[in-house]
Amino acid sequence: MHVDVFDQYYFAKSRVHELDPRIKVLITVAFILSNAILPDGSWPAFALSWLVLLWANDQSKLGLGFTLKRSVIALPFAMVAVSAIFSPNGEALAVWDLGFITLMPTDLGLIRFFSILLRSWLSVQMAILMVATTQFPDLIHALEHLKLPRTLTTIIAFLFRYLFVLTNEVFRILRAREARSAGLPGIKKGGSLLWRIKTTGSMAGQLFLRSYERSDRIYQAMISRGYTGHIRTLNPHELNRVDWLGLVIIIVMLFFIQVIGWIR
Amino acid sequence: MMYSPTLLHIPDGFLTIVVSLIFWLITIIMVGLAVSKTNQSLGEKQVPLMGIMAAFIFAAQMLNFPIAGGTSGHFLGGALAAIVLGPWAGILVMTAVIGVQALLFQDGGLLVMGANIFNMGIITAVIGFGLYRSVIHLKRGIRMVFAGGAAWIATMAAALVTALQLWLSGTTQLEIVLPAMLGVHALIGLGEALITVAALTYIEQTRPDLIDLEKTAKEGGRGWIVAGVALSLLAVLLSPFASGSPDGLERIAEDLGFLGSGLDAPYQILPDYTIPFLGETAISTVLAGIVGIIVVAGLMILLGRNLRRQKSTEG
Repeated sequence: MHVDVFDQYYFAKSRVHELDPRIKVLITVAFILSNAILPDGSWPAFALSWLVLLWANDQSKLGLGFTLKRSVIALPFAMVAVSAIFSPNGEALAVWDLGFITLMPTDLGLIRFFSILLRSWLSVQMAILMVATTQFPDLIHALEHLKLPRTLTTIIAFLFRYLFVLTNEVFRILRAREARSAGLPGIKKGGSLLWRIKTTGSMAGQLFLRSYERSDRIYQAMISRGYTGHIRTLNPHELNRVDWLGLVIIIVMLFFIQVIGWIR
Repeated sequence: MMYSPTLLHIPDGFLTIVVSLIFWLITIIMVGLAVSKTNQSLGEKQVPLMGIMAAFIFAAQMLNFPIAGGTSGHFLGGALAAIVLGPWAGILVMTAVIGVQALLFQDGGLLVMGANIFNMGIITAVIGFGLYRSVIHLKRGIRMVFAGGAAWIATMAAALVTALQLWLSGTTQLEIVLPAMLGVHALIGLGEALITVAALTYIEQTRPDLIDLEKTAKEGGRGWIVAGVALSLLAVLLSPFASGSPDGLERIAEDLGFLGSGLDAPYQILPDYTIPFLGETAISTVLAGIVGIIVVAGLMILLGRNLRRQKSTEG
């Protein structure tokens, strides 16, 4: 079985796909930064940010709703912010007497909660668009151009390359566990919780050893092919006029959004 | 099923810009140090090794085990990476893992990545390695106890700092979220501790040549021990003072559903970190923390013995 579910790249021919990966990283970070510094409750500015996102989606030819589909990923975390609704600052909107405790949602609390939700929802979509339109090795290369230490980018490159291989290894180990844990219908399979955890630990140890031994072989193979401590790419990664234009357009838009958000 | 996000990966939008930047600063300094240290001490052979180890941590997080009531624990790996590879390499490996989780799966945000790396990569490495290093010349049973205890405390400390960051950002009310986070992670940390010990034991038995204690000891000296012990103590002492939860706010949390899976576990020995007859004071919470550590330690000893006995009967 080949595992490529981790690859988030979606092929299309579009301006966004052809944009230099460096520029895409910068645009994404700028967009997230812009959302983060918008004040709570600046709904028109959030709406404009969303339009920018939709425009980027449209330009990528992946479809207007492309990032929407996957944007629920950060939703489970939203429940952490639920307690912001009951912030003691602001005026109480209602009093819910639950018998043992009285809950008071406040106006400022609600505004805070929905602002956090919107920021997170918008930010995660731009990040989704970035990885969907950029091949991951190009992204790593962009990070190197953006002055990330080479040791780190090389580790990330290896991580990405061998993620798929080791995932297959995980499936092999899991399948072996399944095969050995056969049971009759109606009778509980497996042992106690402690036993299950111990088995998982042995599996992790086994995976570690297989990974370690593989890294040894990989290193030998790399040395014999002339590895010099640097992973090369054939992609030239040169910034052209379109790239700069894209960056400037987005920055101007985000600046405009900030003005809308702060003038009230 | 393939990949389950945890509550420790903060997404973008949940931390304010100031908090995000402060933690980016700390993280950049630590990761920068880690890069220069590993460049000095390790050969180029270590770079592919660290890359594959990062992929290993990533893949090992898919090995989840059913706990109870439909929840499953899975492995975070920070402490194990620091113990096996040394603290600096461990930090780099976890940085790569967290970076890729954020970039590729949007599990954790980009602007808040500094905070996520700090919580899950740096804290776990300092505590994991520091505590383990303090007993590295002692018997294996004791080492394993400390490895497991360190993994548990590291998970709790990461949860504590995450809750504090959210609170500093005005995203949550501390009284509600802190007990919830610590409650859930007391369990997750237990799984983490047991897996870390089981994996370490397995590796030591199968490839004893890979675990070179003298080499590990050289990776980091007294400074790491001090830092690890200090951070652990800080975490144990800080949680009660930070949580000091007034009138049943915790009940709200329970009703809102985010204590959910963590607290209705059948084997809750210390309800919410306090010892029942002592009431809810800071001291009782500190005591509960210490008892928790002892319980974890006891489990580790049992597990370690059990595994060794198995080996001797096999061999």
